[in-house]
Amino acid sequence: MATKKLMKGTAARMGVMKRVSLVFKAKANKALDKMEDPRETLDYSYQRQLELLTKVRRGVADVATSRKRVELQINQLQQQANKLEDQARKALGMGREDLARAALERKASAQSQLNDLQTQYAQLQAEEEKLTVASQRLQAKVDAFRTRKETIKATYTAAEAQTRINEAFSGISEEMGDVGMAIQRAEDKTAQMQARAGAIDELMASGALDDAVGGKRDDIQNELDMMAASSDVERELSRLKGELTAGAPKQLEGGANGNSQGTQAPQGAQQRQAQGGPYAPPQAQTQPAAIPASELPPAEPQDGEG
Amino acid sequence: MIVRILGEGQFQVDDTDTTELNRLDTELETAVEDSDEAAFSAALHGLLAQVRAQGSPLPAESLAPSDLILPHQDSSMDEVRKLLTDDGLIPG
Repeated sequence: MATKKLMKGTAARMGVMKRVSLVFKAKANKALDKMEDPRETLDYSYQRQLELLTKVRRGVADVATSRKRVELQINQLQQQANKLEDQARKALGMGREDLARAALERKASAQSQLNDLQTQYAQLQAEEEKLTVASQRLQAKVDAFRTRKETIKATYTAAEAQTRINEAFSGISEEMGDVGMAIQRAEDKTAQMQARAGAIDELMASGALDDAVGGKRDDIQNELDMMAASSDVERELSRLKGELTAGAPKQLEGGANGNSQGTQAPQGAQQRQAQGGPYAPPQAQTQPAAIPASELPPAEPQDGEG
Repeated sequence: MIVRILGEGQFQVDDTDTTELNRLDTELETAVEDSDEAAFSAALHGLLAQVRAQGSPLPAESLAPSDLILPHQDSSMDEVRKLLTDDGLIPG
C-alpha cells in the first residue's frame, strides 16, 4: 500500500528506496530458487547465517586490533611531540631560538600526523561499534530463525511451508546482505588503516621519520646535550678561575721567600736520598746557585741531619 | 511499512503520510543521476532523518522483510550507484 503510494507518478523512476529493496529481493529469490526441498533451504540458510555470525565477530576483532595499533602509534607520536616541546623549551632557556624553532617545526609535523591518526582512530571506533551492533542484531535474528525453522519443520505441510519459509528466508537474507556489506566496509577501512599504520611503523623503524619527529638520530637533542656539556665545562672553568683569583693573594701574603724555600728544601733532600750518597755533594753545590747566599747556612745543617 | 536503513536496522514507519519521504527520495535519485555530490549528501541525510523521525526501530529478532531499503548514512554516491545494480554491493 505504502509502496504503491511511493511509486505513484513515478512510473519510470521509482526512487532509490524501492530500487535498493528490489535488488535485495532479487538476490533472495535467486538463492531460494536454487533449493529444491524447502526444508533443505532452511538448513542451508541457517548454516550460512552461522558462518556469517562467525565472520562478523571476526570482523569486530579485526577492527579492534587495528584500533589498538593506531592507539599505540598515537601514544608514540604524542611522546615525540612532548619531547620536542621540552627540547624547544630547553633550547629557548639556553638562548638558542633557532634550535627551539627547529624543534617546534618538528613538533608541528608530529602533531599533524597525530591529528590524522586521531581522526582515523575515531573512524575505527565508530566502525567497531557499528559492527558490534550488527553482530548483536544478526545474533538475535539467527536465534529467531532457528526457532521458526524448527516450528516449520515440525508442522511441515508442503503447501503452507513454502510461504512461511520464503518469509523467514527473505527477512534473514536481507539482514545477511546488510551485515555482509557492513563487514565488507569494515574490512576495507581496516585494510586502508593497516596499510597506513604499517607505513608509519616502517618509517619509524627505518629512521626516516626521525628528522621529522625526532628519534634515534636526534640532532636537536645532540646539540642540546653538547650545549649542556659545554656549559658544564664553562661553569667548571669559571669556578676554577674564581678559586684562583680568590686563593692567589693568600699565597702571596704568606711570603714568596719563605714559602719557596720551604718547598724546595725538602725536595732537594728527597732527591738526594733517592740518588744516594755519592751524588749528594754536586746537588748541594748546585743549590746555592739558585738560592740566595744568605740562606745557605741554615740549609747545610738540615742536609747533615737527614 | 518497514524501512531498513542499511547498517542501522529496520524501522516501522507510519505510512499515512509519505509526501516528505517521497520528496526526499526523488531528490536523492535525481542527485545520483546528476552526479551532484552536495545535493546527494543533503538528500540522503534528510531522508534518513525523516525515516528515523517518522518510524520506530523494529526489535532485533524480527524476521520481516523490508518494504523499502535505504543506503547507510555515510554511503558515497558511487556506493549508492553500485547498490542499485543487481551485482553491485549486496553480497550473495
